Amino acid sequence: MAPKKVLAPDTINGNIKKMVYAVRGELYIRASELQKQGKKIIFTNVGNPHALGQKPLTFSRQVIALCQAPFLMDDPNADIFFPADAIARAKQYLSYTSGGLGAYSDSRGLPGIRKDVADFLMRRDGYPSDPELIFLTDGASKGVAQLLNLLIRDEKDGVLCPIPQYPLYSATIQLVGGTLVPYYLSEEAGWGLDVQDLKRQVVEARMKGITVRGLVFINPGNPTGQCLSEANLRELIQFCHEEHIVMLADEVYQLNIYQDERPFVSAKKVMMDMGPPYSREVELVSFHTVSKGFWGECGQRGAYLELTNIHPKTVDELYKVASIALSPNVPGQIFVGLMVNPPKPGEISYPRYSEESKAILESLRRRARIMTDGFNSCRNITCNFTEGAMYSFPKIKLPQAAIAAAKQTGKAPDVFYCLKLLEATGISTVPGSGFGQKEGTFHLRTTILPSEDQMPEVMRLFKNFNDNFMSQYEGPSGALSKL
Amino acid sequence: MEFTHPISSYQYDSSVTCTSTRQESVSQKLFIIRCFHPFAVRSPRISIDTINPKVLSCECAFPGEIAVHAEHLQHIIRINPSTLPFDEIINCNIGNPHSLGQQPITFFREVLSLCNYPGLLDKEEIRGLYSSDSIGRAKGILSSISERATWTYTQTRALRAAIAEGIENRDGFPANFEDIFLTDGTSPGVHMMMQLVISNDRDGILCPVPYCPLYSASIALHGGALVPYYLNEETGWGLEISELRLRLETAFAAGINVRALVIINPGNPTGQVLSELNQQEIVQFCRDEHLLLLADEVYQENIYADNKFFTSFKKIARSMGYTDRDLSLVSFHSISKGYYGECGQRGGYMEVTGLDKHIKKQIIKMTSISRCSNLTGQILMSLVMNPPKVGDGSYVLYAKERDEILSSLGRRVKMFVEALNKLEGVTCNEAEGALYLFPRIELPKEALRAARSVRMEGDTFYSRQLLDTTGIVVLPGSDFGQVPGTCHFRITICPPEEKVPEVLVKLANFHRRFMREFGG
Repeated sequence: MAPKKVLAPDTINGNIKKMVYAVRGELYIRASELQKQGKKIIFTNVGNPHALGQKPLTFSRQVIALCQAPFLMDDPNADIFFPADAIARAKQYLSYTSGGLGAYSDSRGLPGIRKDVADFLMRRDGYPSDPELIFLTDGASKGVAQLLNLLIRDEKDGVLCPIPQYPLYSATIQLVGGTLVPYYLSEEAGWGLDVQDLKRQVVEARMKGITVRGLVFINPGNPTGQCLSEANLRELIQFCHEEHIVMLADEVYQLNIYQDERPFVSAKKVMMDMGPPYSREVELVSFHTVSKGFWGECGQRGAYLELTNIHPKTVDELYKVASIALSPNVPGQIFVGLMVNPPKPGEISYPRYSEESKAILESLRRRARIMTDGFNSCRNITCNFTEGAMYSFPKIKLPQAAIAAAKQTGKAPDVFYCLKLLEATGISTVPGSGFGQKEGTFHLRTTILPSEDQMPEVMRLFKNFNDNFMSQYEGPSGALSKL
Repeated sequence: MEFTHPISSYQYDSSVTCTSTRQESVSQKLFIIRCFHPFAVRSPRISIDTINPKVLSCECAFPGEIAVHAEHLQHIIRINPSTLPFDEIINCNIGNPHSLGQQPITFFREVLSLCNYPGLLDKEEIRGLYSSDSIGRAKGILSSISERATWTYTQTRALRAAIAEGIENRDGFPANFEDIFLTDGTSPGVHMMMQLVISNDRDGILCPVPYCPLYSASIALHGGALVPYYLNEETGWGLEISELRLRLETAFAAGINVRALVIINPGNPTGQVLSELNQQEIVQFCRDEHLLLLADEVYQENIYADNKFFTSFKKIARSMGYTDRDLSLVSFHSISKGYYGECGQRGGYMEVTGLDKHIKKQIIKMTSISRCSNLTGQILMSLVMNPPKVGDGSYVLYAKERDEILSSLGRRVKMFVEALNKLEGVTCNEAEGALYLFPRIELPKEALRAARSVRMEGDTFYSRQLLDTTGIVVLPGSDFGQVPGTCHFRITICPPEEKVPEVLVKLANFHRRFMREFGG
């Protein structure tokens, strides 16, 4: 007789079972099944630009190819394949390593790259940055997980998260056994942040015995796309200072800005501009990555975090945790280096780099508009403009009959809607409940990444489906759901 | 999959908008709390006393105080070299072959450069630069990752299938791509399994002593209990089942629920290669005691003893007639060691067999949060498991490079073992595999006293003196666990072959002076 299983569902770590990660949840699984059956699927569930046809930037790929195969640089014909500045840059990065891409680096990342990041931050913000307080990580998710694991001791430790939020935060907080304390972004106010709501949530959490230790904010927002104003950031900083809360600033979409009223400004810059006591006392961790922007190099797993005003011994502990995994991947680190130090005017590769990056950003800006307008033209759908990031998060007013039908199938109403959308059109989205939303409202998240050629067709398919769905469930009287 | 709201445990009223009345009541509440509970409102600064205690309790040998000191000395060499009795730091502390001059395998790097920059594939001229099969392999990989040059979040099915095929070729038993999880090196896979298995401090994991510090650190980080079992130095670091049984029973008696057994084969730091009989005993033990077997097999291509061969635990189990229903086994492999030594690229996999499909779903969920491991590492792992074969255009060069590296490592092992065994008070077992030696030193009483006076373990003191005198960096045995009262150090065999005699002479000279000074 086969022995009893060691790892049975009732004997594994309960935190893992409780944890939910909707981005690769039910919809994704169903979409993958349909794809296996031969249906054409348009995956808009993950911010994964290259999967939808975006091309990598030429210069970065030339440099990394040279770093992978330095023998190319010894060949007399190297200049047929590679511009001189790519060759020079590859030599520079190889000199940062001791042994090339195949050697472990310092667990915090190559000192040369961290210095390049510090120089970039100085140029971006106007304040000096210490390379010793910059850690490179295998993607921002790893850095976030390390910080949350440090911060959360047990289920009585809470971390404030915006609702809607990117479920990395809810899933990781669950996994490390902490408590998510939500604060609600206001859809009516363009997904604006209300510090009074923050204060209220903190008071209520404390009354339930939760020690609120951290605050996550995502700027530009995911899934909501709003860009925070400087005033908003100042309020947040003041709030965190008053309440002794660590700020976790997810700024991975800082290059994805599609309006001009509110350009990106980093939390660090605002904090330093405010001067003491804030600039000296607020504990801040800022995250950035090569996965987004116009780079879109998700598969490389390159990112950094910057620590400001963190206790030196805590920095040591973070170093210790990073050391267990020995080092972040070196190619990913080089991509971080390229991101913070791209070709400059006057360099051979600059025109091409500039053309490629501008084209991607301008196209994203156009797609943000096409998608927002497209959703707003659909029955029972309202959609805030995607000011930044890579997503659209339309609100769907589901008729009562649809909600009832969903209940009958045991599914949440927005999951029901998204599954129907998938079956009818092949468009794979993530239901709003995966990100959190105000009780009684329904949303879905889609990326703005389908190519510009594909967009009109995608929006047409969506509109067709939606308007049919609404006709089906609203009945002949056209009565709307009260919600 | 059942729908669950991600914050279903949270019951707060979300529909209330802020009015002035509520604002007042918020302020009032804050005021009241501050008046009567002045310390209840704010959490303390994130200081050493207020971070997750599991992080504090976990010790990590890397980089370790010796390596940190070495970095400091490296800095002094750059700015003020004449102040030190040596002119270079020689890193013998971690298995990082490329940092000591080992060259990557040409074929692997050809394929990687083409995968990264497929623009090259459009140019006729590359046929002069690249081997034809590297071009073919890169094209194949790129077409299997969907669009060319895409570096998307993906646990690429085609690469996992290639790895499964490699495992089948190696073992002669079927392997399923759905059992393969690609990771950024071995560490994330180990962390995931520890997270899965450990719910509280009464969940124990059997670990060999001496152990690889990844395991001790990961167990502590996840709040579990490390249950040590001792390898026997007298029998070439042999593993006795009686020792396993004793440790298991002792742990149970102390209320520890032992859930898994870690085995490293070939061993780190000890270098022994298990006999097939030993492996069969271990498989049987795990089956009988309902233990998850965690088999770290990253050194499977580092075997130097002529009479020893690597056999995977999966092959052993299948040869014994055990299927997925009989044994829960996770096997780890990586691109960091072997003859390829691609540590910095961070590639690895775990093959998960004999776990319930619901558990596999949980693992998939955990891997989803960080999206995927880096694609370069994934590609390299598939190449390691499917290198050029006889008849392929690259085979001759590939085999030459591989054999040169492996035979050089074999020669270096012999040189180190011979030299170490000549040192007074030092005994060193042969390393049958892996990249390390773990000699034992009988330290004189004076040395131990001197160590205690500076609050160091004896072997840490010795390692520090070695570094300060010669620039050679090793890791003290206390970082790996050892029988109490013994002293060891771990030294890698990675310095280039032409440098090894110099390293050994420096070590011998230092050791003689040390023993003289401390009255040995």
